[in-house]
Amino acid sequence: MARRYDTRTTIFSPEGRLYQVEYAMEAISHAGTSLGILATDGILLAAERRNTNKLLDEVFFSEKIYKLNDDMVCSVAGITSDANVLTNELRLIAQRYLLQYGESIPCEQLVSWLCDVKQAYTQYGGKRPFGVSILYMGWDKHYGYQLYQSDPSGNYGGWKATCIGNNSAAAVSSLKQEYKENGTTLAEAQALAIKVLSKTLDMTKLTPEKVEMATLTRKDNKTIIRILTSNEVEKLIADFEKSEAEAEAAKKQPAKS
Amino acid sequence: MSNINLQCLLGIQCNDFVMIAADQSNSHSIMVMKDDEEKIYKISDRLVMGVIGDSGDTTQFAEYIAKNIQLYKMRNGYELGPTAAANFTRRNLAEYLRSSTPYFVNLLMGGYDKENGPELYFMDYLASSVKVPFAAHGFGGYLSLSIMDRYHKKDATEDEAYEILQMCVKEVHKRLFVSLPNFQVTVVNSDGIKVLPVISSGAK
Repeated sequence: MARRYDTRTTIFSPEGRLYQVEYAMEAISHAGTSLGILATDGILLAAERRNTNKLLDEVFFSEKIYKLNDDMVCSVAGITSDANVLTNELRLIAQRYLLQYGESIPCEQLVSWLCDVKQAYTQYGGKRPFGVSILYMGWDKHYGYQLYQSDPSGNYGGWKATCIGNNSAAAVSSLKQEYKENGTTLAEAQALAIKVLSKTLDMTKLTPEKVEMATLTRKDNKTIIRILTSNEVEKLIADFEKSEAEAEAAKKQPAKS
Repeated sequence: MSNINLQCLLGIQCNDFVMIAADQSNSHSIMVMKDDEEKIYKISDRLVMGVIGDSGDTTQFAEYIAKNIQLYKMRNGYELGPTAAANFTRRNLAEYLRSSTPYFVNLLMGGYDKENGPELYFMDYLASSVKVPFAAHGFGGYLSLSIMDRYHKKDATEDEAYEILQMCVKEVHKRLFVSLPNFQVTVVNSDGIKVLPVISSGAK
């Protein structure tokens, strides 16, 4: 019986649910994790890289983090092919705005425009929704550094720190615990991102091949977007492991005495 | 035949404000129909636009731009800055220019930006747009530009700028063969838009 309401995206089930949209969200919860953290002096996105094979050609330096325009970057979780369509659309929206007004699109407007597209796919017949959640980081003159998240239903919201993809609920709750409400620096945010990722990814050891990270800062009235090199990520991981080991040692110390 | 050059727009931008003056004559062929027409449109809280050209086109285009900029404010909760507004206006003018129904209007845009202070944009019907310290449209401009060039200084007060405009208008009244008795004047500064007294040929 339930299948009667599964096949079309545009049909409500008797309980008032849109199954296809829920299935799309389910698809994302199996996808590689992405997280974003807002700091006072910048903002960052970090993502888990799933396609790690030594035979893979290194054409794609960054697999899941995309630059949208001069002032915005996004990271995706979900079906990669769907995500490519959406990032292309995001870039088009941003360029259209630039052409019309001669300045970068304000962050929320870009997110909002894309969410209109996402929502349309949950309402108009014969189409499936995009199986993609997106994290956006950006800067605009109205609200400064901003972090947004959008999902397949077309809902979006602004966050101080959030996570999408596999095990995201656990990551969000540990971000909630560890995030300092005001006064997180970008360096602290980077350390936090590695810490949360290592917990969330459920791996014995984090490697630079598995993680990509991008930061967005402002200098001399210009937005600087940087994708961290594997050396830099490696250093962050090493720092994290060192502090973890110290914490472990500190825990053991009082037991001995 | 168009009377676009028989009308006149003047604009001065200084450190703290931007001031725009526009003649108030509406004429068809050889006949003056009206001498108290409003050619300066308020676009938003800190943005005005002086428009001259074919009389239907000026109102239509000015309202189209004004309403779209108001719509932007309603949708997003913040205003379009003068730079973005000028870019938007230029783009519209350029797109209409290449359609079968181009707008035949010349305009000056004056606005106050929170970060960059006052800005003045000169735009013509061919959709060229330039950010300038002072500008003029129409034959009156031939007589005024040299005066503005001589007396314009960045740190002028509003009174001084008004005097420069008075000098320009005086020259238009003295040398130009067209009747442009009244000039309305509007100033935009950090406090908003203020309408100044009309400069008339009757007064001194």
